[in-house]
Amino acid sequence: MTTVTVARPIPVEEKAVRAGTKGGRQITFKTQILSQIFCIAVASTVLFPLLWVVSMSIDPRNIAKPDGLNLIPSGASLAAYQAVIAKPTLNPISFVELARNSIEISVIVALLTLTLGSLAAYALSRLHFHGRQVLMIAVLAVLMLPAVATLAPLYVLLYSIKLGTTWVLGNSILGVAIAVTAGTLPFAIWNMKGYIDTIPRELEEAAAVDGANKLQIFLFIVLPLAKPVIAVTAFFGFIAGWTEFYFSWAFLQHPADFTLSMALKGMVGQYGSTPWSEFAAFAVLVAIPVSAVYLLLQRYIVAGLALGGVKG
Amino acid sequence: MSVATAAPETIAPLPRPSWWRRSANARTAYLFLLPALLVMAVITFYPLMFQVYMSFTDYSLKNLAGTPANPVGLDNYASILNGNIVLPNFDFFRILTFNFFWALTNVVIHVSLGVLIAVLLNQKGLKLARFYRAIYILPVAIPPIIVAAVWRDMFDPNNGAVNFLLGGLTSIFFKLPPIDWLNNPSDILSVGPLVLPLAYFALLTANIWLGWPLNSVVATGALQSIPGDLYEAAELDGANSWQQFRHITLPFLRPAMLPYAIYGFIITFNLFYLSYFMSGGGPFGQTELLVTIDYRLVQEQHLFGIAAAFAIFQFFILLALTIITNRMAKATADQYA
Repeated sequence: MTTVTVARPIPVEEKAVRAGTKGGRQITFKTQILSQIFCIAVASTVLFPLLWVVSMSIDPRNIAKPDGLNLIPSGASLAAYQAVIAKPTLNPISFVELARNSIEISVIVALLTLTLGSLAAYALSRLHFHGRQVLMIAVLAVLMLPAVATLAPLYVLLYSIKLGTTWVLGNSILGVAIAVTAGTLPFAIWNMKGYIDTIPRELEEAAAVDGANKLQIFLFIVLPLAKPVIAVTAFFGFIAGWTEFYFSWAFLQHPADFTLSMALKGMVGQYGSTPWSEFAAFAVLVAIPVSAVYLLLQRYIVAGLALGGVKG
Repeated sequence: MSVATAAPETIAPLPRPSWWRRSANARTAYLFLLPALLVMAVITFYPLMFQVYMSFTDYSLKNLAGTPANPVGLDNYASILNGNIVLPNFDFFRILTFNFFWALTNVVIHVSLGVLIAVLLNQKGLKLARFYRAIYILPVAIPPIIVAAVWRDMFDPNNGAVNFLLGGLTSIFFKLPPIDWLNNPSDILSVGPLVLPLAYFALLTANIWLGWPLNSVVATGALQSIPGDLYEAAELDGANSWQQFRHITLPFLRPAMLPYAIYGFIITFNLFYLSYFMSGGGPFGQTELLVTIDYRLVQEQHLFGIAAAFAIFQFFILLALTIITNRMAKATADQYA
């Protein structure tokens, strides 16, 4: 997903009162009509691809290739969903198994990113020590690189770790999750540090006076206050795993380990063996959980500048 | 005569705490940082150093079994610059030019559209503004890989929705032949190293759909922080709408939009999915980006040495871009200071 930093949300009404937002007079009737036409035109361009996919996915003919625009098919059915859940690709793997592999990556990435990231972010935000500046610059420098630019060394290093004769770290879900974490961790540290910086220190000082140590302060005061940023960081870790493509496509060789995005790759375009209705159903199934949570968390996900951002 | 009260004795300075006690804070900090640092050292910093080493070797698939790679000096770097690598239609400077043009055109369009629509939605008394905002955020909420896959099929020559729509719109006048958006080999524009096939415009369309809404969100945030009295004062002074936009709205938008535009530029510069899924870099490698070349070198060719050298070029290109864009941001900001 594109760019995101988390900011403490300011309710819109409060902002509006403070700044008076809209200047000038009420718009005239003519401007109102012209603006409405323009807004509807824009809305239809936004909705067009979405409606196209959804209509194709519920088309009762379970079409191999669409032969025209059929925005609201009559006699809609969920046949394509049934088919794609049972067997999305030519490989003997079901949707549930693909999803389970993706979720495994998601969970490992989210857990590693959150635990390691929140500890480091707290230290960088609140504690003073030698080398703090240098460390922050190192984290920022890594943020600048796109994840793909570390593909070669990660491939070689993860493939050089072997257990017994058959198990290779690179060719496993765990290996992919580690590679993804290498990309998500620097952003998570940077983002959570930025958020913790905005939390007032009074509570922590009071706790320190009462004799709490740094770990207690972190666990019982800072973490609860940082809930929004933790939710968003966990969510981005989850998306990074759920839609993970380039490490899994490059690393994984056993069909039993394949992920959702790898299946999607095989469905796209002229030569895919999957009917387009099933492709559409698959796309909807993969997008829905992410989109739903994104829209729910929207007020915490405030666009802003974060150098490097979520690597994609 | 009263006895003067004894002068208060100067308080003896506390004994200097031991080194162990003085470093307590730093020790706690390092303990908090240790897990993340250890992990980053292993999965980020070490691989980056290993990348530098690999870039000077002929590391390839055969070396994965454990045989050491041979040092080749600067050969990898030279063959990339000479276009002398196995990827078909590889030309470093053409790809770099295209990549740069791709990011620039996208960002200019995203920012302009984003600001335009935000201003429009922010008009006082506009009906249904909340409804439109709710719809316009949708592209942001969909995973980019899905967006790329869906747009690939939208631009399909025979079964794609774009050709159906264009065909339907033009059917009263003439019969539109199917347009091969993604694979048509003829150039629309070719100026020096810059070559733009039809596929560029298909990718651009998809990325505009994907990119403007978030710009609009950022612009809306900035718009809502502008004090309303400014417009009232301007109105009293007889400023028209354009003058108000030019002299109030734009200067307030600039500090929010500029960093975001720079950020969007870097993100678009490295945008993997659209090129990889929609055009597959085609036709003739004309819509490849640095990131997709990088990926092909590892995933398709397993040429780790060359890929490492390529990634190091990429690093310096991004570093240069970051420095230049930041300078530009500062320079233009000063005009308004």
